[in-house]
Amino acid sequence: MRPAGGPPATTDEPLPDRQIALIDLLDRLLSGGVVLTGDVVLSIADIDLVRISLRALIVSISEHNPSPWSALAPSVRDDHDG
Amino acid sequence: MTEVISYAYAVARDAGGSLTEALAGLPGVADAPVHLVRAGERGDVVVAVSPVPEEDFHEAALRANLEDLEWLESVARAHHRVIEALASRTTVLPLRLATVYLDDERVRRMLEARQEAFAGRLAELAAHTEWGVKIYVEAPAPTDRPAPPPADADAGLSPGRAYLSHRKAQRHAREDAYRDAEEVARRVEAAARGHAVDRVQHRVQQGELARGPGENVVNDAYLVPLGQAERFRADVSRAAEGLSGVRVEVTGPWAPYSFATPPETEPVPGAAP
Repeated sequence: MRPAGGPPATTDEPLPDRQIALIDLLDRLLSGGVVLTGDVVLSIADIDLVRISLRALIVSISEHNPSPWSALAPSVRDDHDG
Repeated sequence: MTEVISYAYAVARDAGGSLTEALAGLPGVADAPVHLVRAGERGDVVVAVSPVPEEDFHEAALRANLEDLEWLESVARAHHRVIEALASRTTVLPLRLATVYLDDERVRRMLEARQEAFAGRLAELAAHTEWGVKIYVEAPAPTDRPAPPPADADAGLSPGRAYLSHRKAQRHAREDAYRDAEEVARRVEAAARGHAVDRVQHRVQQGELARGPGENVVNDAYLVPLGQAERFRADVSRAAEGLSGVRVEVTGPWAPYSFATPPETEPVPGAAP
């Protein structure tokens, strides 16, 4: 077994000098990026499915750890949904 | 015989014509060399592409492979390697992981159709980088095995009472830590207002791949102009000063993965609300 993402990150080292944590990368590669419908049609919904089942591996959402942030400032991004 | 199809990494502006050089010798997904697809002779908006085995990337295979963490990691790191190589020279619009076309001609047609939109977003993102800001609460979780309480503190208490008293103290410590974390989040947001131009909130990191120590309670990405990056980083890094149970971790600079699609644009027109 190898560690998931190399040595622990510190805030002081410049990024190129260390291995990027896989989880930080997956946050960006699986929910960021331009979504195009390529020829192999994994629809956006399918990608979400991938994320959900991956999360089953990556994530263990625990009932005693509800997000303490519900009261925090709303997402900058979500304001347009009105 | 292995059929190959075209894996598309990113859209970028190849203004100086130096991107081919940046990609030279760089192994992409499946260790294949990466090249550029152009829409026309004078088009300087390009797509970085490499051949991948069709057998690994057709729909059913992809669906299965994406569940395989080792496969996913190798593709994710290769994808990122290419993005970084491009981002060291120019503004990049990363594409979602595993965007695949039947051949380069199909990529070219896609680029032709969307060239203007890509050029517009590239212009908006020029001279900006993405920074990740994560906030961690480091107080012990309620499920953690409580350390044995000091004997004198609980002297005279029954084991049950001592346990409850300890749990209560632990819960208070944790509540304090969450309150401190909210304060840190407010400080981060204040710092960001001065330096960043956009924010995307990612889900908090949990589970096997999450790296502590502590519980991740904020996992945001900020889009920051190059000229503000150092101040942003410095201000955000200071946000947890004086609050011992909370830690701030800054990652970056990243290519603008989280901002590749402008906020007001729906990627799928007519998608259900």
